[in-house]
Amino acid sequence: MTSQTEIGEKGTAAAETRRAARAASTGRAGDRVFAIATRGSGILVLVIMAAIAVFLIWKALPALRSDEANFVTSQEWSPDSTPARFGIAQLAFGTVISSFLALLMATPVAIAIALFISFYAPRRIAGGLSFVIDLLAAVPSIIYGLWGLQFFVTKMDDVAVFLNDNASWIPLFGGDSVGGRSILTASVVLAIMILPIISSISREVFQQVPQANIEAALALGATRWEVIRMAVLPFGRSGMVSAAMLGLGRALGETIAVAMVLSTASGITLHILKEGGNTFAANIANTFAEAGANGRGALIASGLVLFIITLIVNMAARAIVARRKEFV
Amino acid sequence: MSLAKHGSAPTSLTSVSMGRKVKDRLVQVLVYLAFALAVIPLVSVLWMVIKNGIGRFDLDFFSFSQNGIGPRDAGGGAYHAIIGTLEQVLLTSVMAVPLGILTAVYLVEYGQDRRLARTISFFVDVMTGIPSIVAGLFILAFWLLLLGFSFSGFAGALALAILMLPTVVRSAEEMLKLVPNELREASFALGVPRWRTVCFVVLPTALSGIVSGVMLAVARVMGETAPLLLLVFVTSSINMNPFSGPQMALPVFIWDQAGQPNDTAIARAWTAALTLILIIMALNLTARLIARLRRPASR
Repeated sequence: MTSQTEIGEKGTAAAETRRAARAASTGRAGDRVFAIATRGSGILVLVIMAAIAVFLIWKALPALRSDEANFVTSQEWSPDSTPARFGIAQLAFGTVISSFLALLMATPVAIAIALFISFYAPRRIAGGLSFVIDLLAAVPSIIYGLWGLQFFVTKMDDVAVFLNDNASWIPLFGGDSVGGRSILTASVVLAIMILPIISSISREVFQQVPQANIEAALALGATRWEVIRMAVLPFGRSGMVSAAMLGLGRALGETIAVAMVLSTASGITLHILKEGGNTFAANIANTFAEAGANGRGALIASGLVLFIITLIVNMAARAIVARRKEFV
Repeated sequence: MSLAKHGSAPTSLTSVSMGRKVKDRLVQVLVYLAFALAVIPLVSVLWMVIKNGIGRFDLDFFSFSQNGIGPRDAGGGAYHAIIGTLEQVLLTSVMAVPLGILTAVYLVEYGQDRRLARTISFFVDVMTGIPSIVAGLFILAFWLLLLGFSFSGFAGALALAILMLPTVVRSAEEMLKLVPNELREASFALGVPRWRTVCFVVLPTALSGIVSGVMLAVARVMGETAPLLLLVFVTSSINMNPFSGPQMALPVFIWDQAGQPNDTAIARAWTAALTLILIIMALNLTARLIARLRRPASR
């Protein structure tokens, strides 16, 4: 009898401790809380992206309604006068031409650098060399701006005069009042800034080239360049395209370096040596401090256009990469 | 190719024609030149920053603000800007790091190729490409214009957090993927709940990688100027409170001083640039060292 009760008591005691342990365990409740927290922060990313679009549109609309000029085709920018007149033609032109020039200059160099680090450099120092290129990306844009304004512009003054004297028959290099604070200088600075991005993504792509393809080309007696042309470049084409597009996205949105290098002068001209020019981002940085209520709305409207352009470029680039992943 | 060097083999099989050889050499030279071309601006920027910045790199610069000092006056310093940058970056990290790591945990541990996970992953990538000025305008529209707050370090930190978030997510995701699955399975087999597995097994294993990713992200947002111009504004005096009133930050200090036509102001801008670049390079190097010394156990 007594032994049985003892056993029973022991049993209940064991059950008790088990129950206590379960109550103290953070298992199920913790799992649920944690899953919700991680999922929630993931969703928050989407919410932020949506919110950016919504709030920019919301705050841009009143300014857009007050605009007496055509927002797309006008070159004026006086949103605080009455009636408000402003348009993005000049900003869009400056942004697009400087970014494309930067892309033209940076892409071949960046891909060559990626080839150098992946295939030419001695294996032991390749890591160090890629770190050097990464350092180029680590330098903040304000420092490129300061360097551009204080040092590079003075060098580009001479280059601009030289090009204008000797090559003005090329329409791009013609025109008057040439100087260092021109679209050309801005695009060179932009090219330096987007170089590391294009280079590092191309390098990642080159690393994925199947070793078998490379060895097969070598076995056929191909020289190193022929291996690259036959095995590496065709494989990496879509990757390089998306790398260049990501670089373009960065160049389109770059603010401070461009704002510091360009001297603000209005007008659309194809003469890239002429001092002046403006971009979306530089215009926002330069005129925000003096902008009134409507001026801020107008700047937000121009920022919205910039946001949409960079969004399209980035999404296209990512889509190319994603499609490639599915097929390879 | 090494065969070609020995003359004994039949020429039809081994010799590479002159044209091909020349082309190969030419490309090699071009590729070397491209690398050299990229190093020129890096060396030039670093050299100019050191050469022009070292002059004012003195005790005054780190112990005084610009309060009451005009652009033409000598002296003055960036104490207020350094305080501002540190506070803003700290606030940014407090917001962006937990959020970014949780998102990465969702993508790696919970997502499993669900549509939501793929959408989030795509938009994290797209978010990396948001221009910093657009992030600034968004916080301007939302925090300042809609909610009616005024310029503050915190508003700037909000915009910086948007820029930092995708970098943290990406690097943390890469590191979590490196954690071997056996560790998770062993933990599950011992009856450990999932969240404890993630917090006490997976995250510690990936910790060094995540830390170095976070440091790189911090280094990246530290140099951002554009959103701070819109949201934090400029001041010449010390403001210890990031939640009210304009604050200075190092990048904005450079922008402000470089905009003055006087040599004294421009010298201050260069010294601030030197300070900023030293902090950023230190963060970068430490991050690389951590990543190199403490790789995940499996490697």
